[in-house]
Parts: sequence; structure tokens; C-alpha cells
Amino acid sequence: MSIDPKPNRQPEIGAFFQRDRSWHPPAFTPGYKTSVLRSPQKALLSLDNTISEITGPVFGHDMLGELDNDLIHNFAKPGESAIGERIIVYGRVLDERGKGVPGALLEFWQANAGGRYRHKKEGYIAALDPNFGGCGRTITDEDGSYAFRSIKPGPYPWPNGVNDWRPAHIHFSVFGHGFAQRLITQMYFEGDPLIWLCPIVRTIPDRAAVETLIAALDMQATIPMDARAYKFDIVLRGRRSSVFENRLEGN
Amino acid sequence: MVQSLNRLKESPSQTAGPYVHIGLTPNFCGIPGVFEKDLGTDMVNDKTMGERITVRARVLDGTGAPLRDALIEIWQADAAGLYNSPTEIRGAADPNFTGWGRKATDMVSGECLFETIKPGRVPYKPGVLMAPHITFWIVARGINLGLQTRMYFADEEQANADDPVLARIEHRSRVPTLIAARLDDVYVFDIHLQGDKETVFFDI
Repeated sequence: MSIDPKPNRQPEIGAFFQRDRSWHPPAFTPGYKTSVLRSPQKALLSLDNTISEITGPVFGHDMLGELDNDLIHNFAKPGESAIGERIIVYGRVLDERGKGVPGALLEFWQANAGGRYRHKKEGYIAALDPNFGGCGRTITDEDGSYAFRSIKPGPYPWPNGVNDWRPAHIHFSVFGHGFAQRLITQMYFEGDPLIWLCPIVRTIPDRAAVETLIAALDMQATIPMDARAYKFDIVLRGRRSSVFENRLEGN
Repeated sequence: MVQSLNRLKESPSQTAGPYVHIGLTPNFCGIPGVFEKDLGTDMVNDKTMGERITVRARVLDGTGAPLRDALIEIWQADAAGLYNSPTEIRGAADPNFTGWGRKATDMVSGECLFETIKPGRVPYKPGVLMAPHITFWIVARGINLGLQTRMYFADEEQANADDPVLARIEHRSRVPTLIAARLDDVYVFDIHLQGDKETVFFDI
């Protein structure tokens, strides 16, 4: 039986820090053509969080299956495994205050080793791997840490420019503690020359911001004779202390 | 020099891309067996309290065409106005209502349906209630940062007129972009990304 180390802990109920929208990609980024007709053109309505954004659903570790965080095996036939470079991706989910975010739901998806997605709208000629589905999920531990096993996805061409290629990447969906923290992003791999050529990467205005999405090769976390490791930390919006703010209870 | 605040920057967003379904609704897109069921499929069960409704949502691009590769998540209070969340400190929400739903838009029609209940009112600040509403989060290929907005209910005219968030919309002609029409027990909510009917999106 596990013992809650902080049994008297109260949930944090403060509003989240204002999002720095100059750090994120703007909506209209003509170099990424699909954004042209899908980008709102009017100013956003800026509001402090209400209870509708401060709250959010919670996901329990008991919903996870044994292979949910093992993309090498979770779609493979018994005794077989996905083809490709075996990797471990690990890191922490933190908030902007530097605090670990426990209980965050991470969902990830990716192409196979040849750069092909298992999807009916995918038309790239690279072969499907019968033992690779391309999806996985996990929930962060008490200190915000997570890990999963996969194969390194391949880069692939996509119809934007005549010869645009996506760098190898893994998509991440992150569910923190409040609906306002909801985030989708992508992880890239250290040393990939395609990163700086990619129109989707280039939607991010600041090079330093892009660098926070590039996972570092970590030979100390590598398992000898098995898999290399990449470290990828994710940061969600921080939340204000509510000690000096009006509380909503009693209404 | 002064002390550092030691703040981190939020990870920058990247588009969900065309294959968001693989990660978030794998059963919907033909990858069965990895997860038993797609998360967010069922919001209600037989015991859920409140008025059953269906929300039919679409996302339309700048030409008026529906997005057939979008993914929508919704979050709402239960019938009594309580959120099923650890951050809800006003009381215990209906345990038979999750409050959270996730749907991919149909790959032909661009529609998605949420089977849910009509939410109760929740406070804006002490003594001030908001009108019943559902919080929306929309991602898709071509959307660089998830879009946040809300759906209100056309048959809550008085509550909508008193709502402190709707009151913040300067151009009053845009308020109806957040109000879903009712057809029998279906609320129809079209989200326009651009144009004259562009939905009010939130920086919240």
C-alpha cells in the first residue's frame, strides 16, 4: 500500500500565468501553407482564467495498460517487435515555476522508422511496419517524471513546398492540472539538420524557443546493448498563488 | 544585477498535424487494440444527473469548408454547476459525469457529436454567476496553437445577457458566434476560423 507523503496537501487553485504568445508560433504563418485559411484574423479576447479554465479532469495511473509506454511492442505480434533504432525518451513535465507536474497525461504519436504513419490519409511510399502502431501514453510520477520506449521515427516529405521534409519528430499531447494548460507540441532529435529547414519548426519565431523542443542524447541514460536515450523536458504554464486572491468557495 | 526569478518558459506549441488521431483517438482511425477505448468518448452513463443533450460541432476554414481532420475537446460543469476536478473545492461533482469529452471531426462530414448534459452555472467571482457554457479546445493541421473558446446556449437568453465574459466582447455583433442554436435536443455549434462570422477565440 502506498502512503501519501503529503496527506494534508490542498490542491492549488490559482489562475495560470498569462501565456507568452510571442514565444509560441503565431496563427498566420504563410510558410506553412495550411495555416493561411485556418488562422483566426481577429484579436483574441484576453481574460484572466475563470474556474472553467483553472479546473481540469484527472487521469489515474490505473487506466494505463502494461505496454502503453512501449511503442516497440504495443502493436507488435507476440514475440515480435517494431523495426528501427531502439530509443528511450524520458524527462519531466514542469511548470513555469520549475515545479514538477505530477499526474500529467502524456500521449505521443509518431511515424515509423521509415517515416510512414499508420493512417488512412497518409500517402508516403515508405513501407508500413506491421509491428508498429505509432501511439503510446503515460502519466507522470510524483516529481513530474516520465519515460517510454520506442523506435526513432524517420523524416518524411510532405506536400507544402515541392521538396519540404519534416525532421524526425514525436508529437506530444500534454494534459496538466487545468484545462488552460492544455498543450500539443513536437519533440525533435539532437543533431538533425532538417530541423532548421522545416516550415513547421519555422513557425516558431525564436530560435531559443525551438531549441527547447530538441531532445538531447543522454548516453548516461542509455541501456548498453539495447537502446539509446533522449531527454525531453516539457514546460506547462505556471500558476499563481491564490493566497492573496479572492476564493470562490461559499458561492 | 538582481536576483533571478528562475522562471521557465512554456514549451512552444507545434501543430497537432494531420495524424493527431493516431495519438489521441487511435481506435477512431483504425489502430485498434493498443488502448481499449479512445479517451473522452463517454462523458455520461445511465446514472448521470441532468438534462441530456447532444452538441453537434464543426470547425470551418476561411472558405467555409469544414475541417475533416480537426480534434475538439470540451470541458464543462455538471448539472449542479460543479467541475469533476481535484481543483474544484466547492463540493463534490456528480461522480457519473466526467465533464470532459474528446472527439475527432468526421473525415467526410467534418461534424462531431458530444453526448453530454446541460451544465449548471458556475461563479465568475463571488456573487457573480456565469451563464451555462462549455469550454472548447480545438487543434488541427494548420492550427499552430490550440484555440480556446466557449459555447453558450441560445435558450439561456437572460443568463447570457448577464454573463460577465460575454459582456467583455466589445463588438456586440460578435457575441452570437459563441451561442449555439437549439434544434430539438441538439445544440449546433459552428466554429468559424475566419471571415465575417469568425468565432471569438480567447487568450485565457
